[in-house]
Amino acid sequence: MPQNKAIMSNLEEEARRRSTRRSWLLSTPALLVLFCAASGPLLIVLVYSFLTSGEYGGVVWEFSTDAWFNVVFLRDIFDDTLGLADAHLRILWRSVKLSFFTTATTLAIGFPTAYFIATRPRTTRNIWLFLITIPFWTNLLIRTFAILEMIRNQGLINMVLLNLEIIDSPIRMIFTDFAIMVGMTYVYLPLMVLPLYASMERLDFNLVEAAYDLYASRSKVLRRVIIPLVKPGIIAGSILVFIPSLGAFVTPRVLGGGKKMMLGNLIELQFGAGRNWPLGAALSITLLSIVMIALLVYVRTIQKDSDGLR
Amino acid sequence: MTEHPRTAPSGSEKSLAAAINAERVTKVFGSGKDKVIALAEVTVAIQQNEFFTLLGPSGCGKTTLLRLIAGFDHPTDGVIMLHGRDISHLPPYQRSVNTVFQSYALFPHMTVAQNISFGLEMLGKSKDHIKKTVGDMLALVKMAELRDRRTDQISGGQQQRVALARALAPQPEVLLLDEPLAALDYKLRKEMQIELKRLQHETGITFIFVTHDQEEALTMSDRVAVMNAGRILQIGTPRQIYNHPVERFVADFIGSTNFLAAKVLASEGRSARLKLSSGKEVKVELPEGMVPADRVTAVVRPEYAQLFAKDQNNSDLRGVLENIVYFGTDTHYHIRLPDETRFVIRRQNRLEDTETFDVGQTVDIAFKPNSVQVLRD
Amino acid sequence: MTPGTKKRKPFSLKKQPGFGFIAIACFVMLYAPILILIVYSFNLGENIAVWEGFSLQWYVSAWHNEAVQDAALRSLTLALQASIYATVLATMAALGTTRTRPFSGLTAIYVMINQPLMVPEIVTAVALLTVFAIIKTATGIQGMIYLVAAHTAFCIPFAYLPIRARLEGMDLMLETAAADLYAAPWKTFQRITLPLLWPGIIAGAMLAFVISLDDVVITEFVKSSGQETLPTYMLGQLRRIITPEINAISAVLVSLSIIVVGLFFVIDKKFGK
Repeated sequence: MPQNKAIMSNLEEEARRRSTRRSWLLSTPALLVLFCAASGPLLIVLVYSFLTSGEYGGVVWEFSTDAWFNVVFLRDIFDDTLGLADAHLRILWRSVKLSFFTTATTLAIGFPTAYFIATRPRTTRNIWLFLITIPFWTNLLIRTFAILEMIRNQGLINMVLLNLEIIDSPIRMIFTDFAIMVGMTYVYLPLMVLPLYASMERLDFNLVEAAYDLYASRSKVLRRVIIPLVKPGIIAGSILVFIPSLGAFVTPRVLGGGKKMMLGNLIELQFGAGRNWPLGAALSITLLSIVMIALLVYVRTIQKDSDGLR
Repeated sequence: MTEHPRTAPSGSEKSLAAAINAERVTKVFGSGKDKVIALAEVTVAIQQNEFFTLLGPSGCGKTTLLRLIAGFDHPTDGVIMLHGRDISHLPPYQRSVNTVFQSYALFPHMTVAQNISFGLEMLGKSKDHIKKTVGDMLALVKMAELRDRRTDQISGGQQQRVALARALAPQPEVLLLDEPLAALDYKLRKEMQIELKRLQHETGITFIFVTHDQEEALTMSDRVAVMNAGRILQIGTPRQIYNHPVERFVADFIGSTNFLAAKVLASEGRSARLKLSSGKEVKVELPEGMVPADRVTAVVRPEYAQLFAKDQNNSDLRGVLENIVYFGTDTHYHIRLPDETRFVIRRQNRLEDTETFDVGQTVDIAFKPNSVQVLRD
Repeated sequence: MTPGTKKRKPFSLKKQPGFGFIAIACFVMLYAPILILIVYSFNLGENIAVWEGFSLQWYVSAWHNEAVQDAALRSLTLALQASIYATVLATMAALGTTRTRPFSGLTAIYVMINQPLMVPEIVTAVALLTVFAIIKTATGIQGMIYLVAAHTAFCIPFAYLPIRARLEGMDLMLETAAADLYAAPWKTFQRITLPLLWPGIIAGAMLAFVISLDDVVITEFVKSSGQETLPTYMLGQLRRIITPEINAISAVLVSLSIIVVGLFFVIDKKFGK
């Protein structure tokens, strides 16, 4: 009988091993593709950031920390003095600044919108959801282009204002930080609304009712009950907007022209006219690091939240 | 493909071999600190053409045992045999055993008829055979008009019948039913209980029924196995289980009962003479396998005892009436005995009853000797 | 809610002042630019602010524009291939990672599958550019295969999520019941799992298709010269003179999105739960 017991538990083990093997077998093809065309290349980028830039683009396989150095510092080619890479830092600052503002603006607009959708009766709610989802699935370029058509010098807003003789000459909106921010807000708004909605849909309005019963005013209910309860949605939405904003490429290119660059454009430059692949690689890793930190903060906050609520 | 795994031994042997034989079946989940012993050396033989019920509270292991018989899990130790064949480690699709699930588990993307024909299709039966069997099954469970309905469009009771038909269609050797009536309302449940009995008789298939409802077990079964904490405590016919419980748990779980402490004065083989705490002596038969002891516990069912006003000379017990509860059909009398224990008498209300009792009155209790059952303890 | 007296409106539990206004304004702001874009694709004239009459000329000229034809065809074939490959791979991965006993590699697999969602597109684009450059010089292989591989990769998580969601929502008992009824594992998959999973697979494929069709950044980096897709073509055009042809193409793409999202909602409603 004891021998049988050993055989029995071995069978359990076998079953478990077989199940694990099956999981791996099924997942491997996807993982392989992802490794070759998504994860693996990231490692190459890391390696590249430590190589020397080639004459006509590409790299020379010689170890160098120049790229990392050049992210922040600049060595004057004439008198060899060390200074800060003003242009880089300015671009970095612009990226972070605009991303924050975009996140804040989308939150300010998106919160009431998500709340609105979540409080519609079940029958009409799907229609609203449908309406908010469509822009989400519309090409990023098209949406950016739509904003361009609105705010450029010969764009709709200026033309209308000119025709109505409210202004004499077109207001310069395009190719400014403002333009980029408007564009990014427009493009990433659905990304804020959807997770907010998901959180609000689960909101137990009995709690709100209880708060009113206890003499809370509307604004107090909003501040002290609703907002804390949908915090996961707020954080998720913020992350979903902040990260793409940081690495935005198309929107700043179209709306900022060549003058107002963000980190994405700076990176692209290194692989194009700038011909400094290692620098581009280093900048990419920098961007990735900031994103990873933001994600870690998100995960940590979620964990803390769920621990607190239990 | 899969053949119908009905490889029973020859005819006469088959009638002797039990339909299901579980021998010292043990099931352990997890290990170390989280170890859960769901079944501990369970042994039971279920006969052909029997309506057999596994009865017990939640977590007693009855569903686990059912799953082991069905093949959804393997025993950690022990053997399960189907008509003499060891099926302990066969996958479920190689056992001639079918299950009616508690949640019915009907395939939502198929019609009623398609659900019923599924098992037959898997067995590779001919189209004609399938068509005829499905028709027969639909008639058997009286669902013929709904054959092309999708299963999410029929009521709970109807779903239950489809689940039955689906499990019966491949003519398994054993049918397992996992608390199939739990989700039905009272009236429907009563109807289905009668239906199930009828189906079992008509098909002659061995039914193994799992429930925690003791009334269900008593009304439907040929035999009942009472389980608790992974063990089978007692197997018997409903009458045996009810009148002669040998374990305290069984006595308590099935119906309600009165527990009496007693002392053994003398015993010879299975016979013994007991002295009850009130002094009255009574001759009883001890249960099998009982370890001889001085002190035992006896049980008497509430409806087997009678209530008298004081001054009956042949009273078995005497006590003070604490509470009278009127139930419409019965009246329950709660009596406090001298040793502070409670004794409940159940009396059917009859129109011609004239005797009345008052709370606080001293009363006498009498019961026949053969209504006293000693617990194995 | 307290019942209202004759003249007072009942207390609305969910109302917050100003929210409704902002929400409606938001919807208007979201749709106005796109709608204007589409409206002006029918403009006879070139100038966006000057309405010169209704005309389909830009659609016609776009239709006959060889560069547009070439880009559109490439976009569609690329999206079709990527979505099919991604869906197949994602289905397998979903089957392997859902409803299984947890094992040590599971989180790692899950992270890797969703990694394209967490990394900014520009970084992935740069990474692919470098890797493919190496491979190209090493093997000399040219052609669409790089684009297809890249698109398949970042479409996998988009196909994976709806399939996984559908799989998790499936009643585990159904497959147990099938096994009970003599179905061997492959038959169970074929007759029970797959038919029930199908709406999720369709949804995943549609999502992957749209994502591939819309991609700008990665395609822009990975493509060799001459391999234009519609989005990269449009991006290129934005540097030069913008004609309403772009509007026309945009209008068509937007309609495509609407159709796909609409189908998505219909499927979800019909097969949900």
